[in-house]
Amino acid sequence: MIALFLLPNMLIFALFVLIPIGLNVAYSLTGGAEVFLPDRSFVGAAHYARLMDCTNALQPRTCRDDSFWTAVWNTLRFTVFQVSLMTVAAMITALILNRRIPAKGLWRAVFFFPVLLSPVVVGLIWRWILQRQGLANLMMVEAGLPPVNWLTERGWAFAAAVGVSVWAHVGFYALILLAGLQAIPRDLYEAAEMDGTPPARVFWRITLPLLMPNLVVVITLAVIRAVQIFDEAYVLTGGGPGTATMFLTQYIYETGFASPVRNPGLAAAASILMAGVLVVLTLIQQRLRKAEGR
Amino acid sequence: MSPAAFLGRRRGGARWDWTDILSWVWLLAGLLLMLGPAAWLVLSSFKTPAALAEFPPTLLPYAQQTATIDGKPKGLFTVTLPDRQTRTMAELRRVGIVAQMVDPDQPEAPPVKVNIKDRQPLRQITFATGNYTEPFLKFDFWLYFRNSVFVTLMATALTLLTNSMAAFALSKYDFRARNSVLLVIVATLMVPLSVILVPLYSVVSAVGLLDNLWGVILPTIATPTGVFLLRQYMLTIPDELLEAARMDHASEWQIYWRIVLPLAAPALAVLAIFSVVWRWNDFLWPLVVLSSKQNYTLQIGLNTYAGELNVQWHFILAMTVAAMIPVVVVFVFLQRFITTGIAGTGLK
Repeated sequence: MIALFLLPNMLIFALFVLIPIGLNVAYSLTGGAEVFLPDRSFVGAAHYARLMDCTNALQPRTCRDDSFWTAVWNTLRFTVFQVSLMTVAAMITALILNRRIPAKGLWRAVFFFPVLLSPVVVGLIWRWILQRQGLANLMMVEAGLPPVNWLTERGWAFAAAVGVSVWAHVGFYALILLAGLQAIPRDLYEAAEMDGTPPARVFWRITLPLLMPNLVVVITLAVIRAVQIFDEAYVLTGGGPGTATMFLTQYIYETGFASPVRNPGLAAAASILMAGVLVVLTLIQQRLRKAEGR
Repeated sequence: MSPAAFLGRRRGGARWDWTDILSWVWLLAGLLLMLGPAAWLVLSSFKTPAALAEFPPTLLPYAQQTATIDGKPKGLFTVTLPDRQTRTMAELRRVGIVAQMVDPDQPEAPPVKVNIKDRQPLRQITFATGNYTEPFLKFDFWLYFRNSVFVTLMATALTLLTNSMAAFALSKYDFRARNSVLLVIVATLMVPLSVILVPLYSVVSAVGLLDNLWGVILPTIATPTGVFLLRQYMLTIPDELLEAARMDHASEWQIYWRIVLPLAAPALAVLAIFSVVWRWNDFLWPLVVLSSKQNYTLQIGLNTYAGELNVQWHFILAMTVAAMIPVVVVFVFLQRFITTGIAGTGLK
């Protein structure tokens, strides 16, 4: 009886999650362009060796698979910038939404709005605004500044990918932080006000320590998602100009499916390396949560 | 309380604090930045290609008015003649910086030569609804739209059914393997699609569902998040209710269907809303599975289309708005559900 209730979910779960997790290793150890596993030849750790074959890993040019390392460093840079910017913005937003402002629900909704938009819509909205003759450059010209090639200059395109991603997700994280802020007992603040504690000190001594569990959730969740960045960046810039906004998931997708010479094995090996990073991040989160004692 | 007093309420005292000013600056900037881009998209989507090519762009969609001369539409201009008079005239043709203009009421009269500096196009607010109708009639957008609706509804219905059945078993029965099942589900919470892209593709291919909407739907329905959300909620349903029903000889299926599901309605509603938004917005997985155009979902069709027709912005913008509409409707009516759902569970 129990089995009958569990069966449909577990069957699909096994077929589309558990089996693929196991198969991933098999794919990463076999070569060729075939998708059907028995047709593939065993190559051992050749794919891993290829990905790791670097004279100097900091310089993608010196690697055998330079696009992989470009994607790795781009993803790392993206994660650092996007997560730090977004956390700060979400924090400020949450602190302000937690104050006594009129129409609180409305403001919360305003910041949350982009979260629901699809990555394709997000990418296209910003492609339209950031194009050469778009709204962004109109504002630059109005402000007396020279127009910028937002999406066709390497540095700007990367900044745009970071900015658009922050824009699309900041509302979600602000909401988690806001829930944490609202759980802080009011009387702590009242006591601090009685003592005439300056606001900055209240923030450092009361708000931040009590918000820590939520902040840990926000940062780890944001990091885990940033490492997988693909959709909105891909629609915005297609990985370009050159390889300026090429990230790991795009490398996996293109190596496995979209390049003229498909190499599912290499893509699987890259995704296993990425999974390794994600597992480490998850373990760090668990450790931090235990340290918090909650 | 008067509106002014209401808007001017501040923390504690009567004085404006610097933090108040900063808060309002942040909120108003946020309002512009968060809603502005989508509003600009909607305004732009009603412009003609000619209006879209203008720099600086206008806020509202203007289009030049035309007059029919010899059966052809000709653009109307306000012309300043050499004798300082202004008249409305139609442009017959233009050679360099000189345009030949005629009075639309007397098209037979000899045309007047005017320097293009001395004329302004005569414009009126016009909504170019053709941007919307044409892609749906001429291209496959209606098909993509239907595919997206099908995927979203099917995936959501199946997600609710399978997840609630599993959650029922995992919350209302005690059995030996329960904790290991839960552990396996927890472990896979952190397995994102991008990590199992290649083998998942091969599984779907082995099942024979490549380039098929069911190949898009099935892998998405066993979401661990959904099972968890429903299980947490079902744990709060008192077991006495189930026991009483068993006394009345109700079958386990009846207990699940008649008692537990209706009581879990709030959690089901939250999961349904999320599922609809997730499935409507899915991009990477359909991109990998679907290869023929008639199976595209709206998101894939839109992306492909934007890649092919980089110049036809007026169609791209209108289609982007169309892809946005269902989500905006969900947002307007169910926003409160979603925000409490996230604050409570931290899912996305």
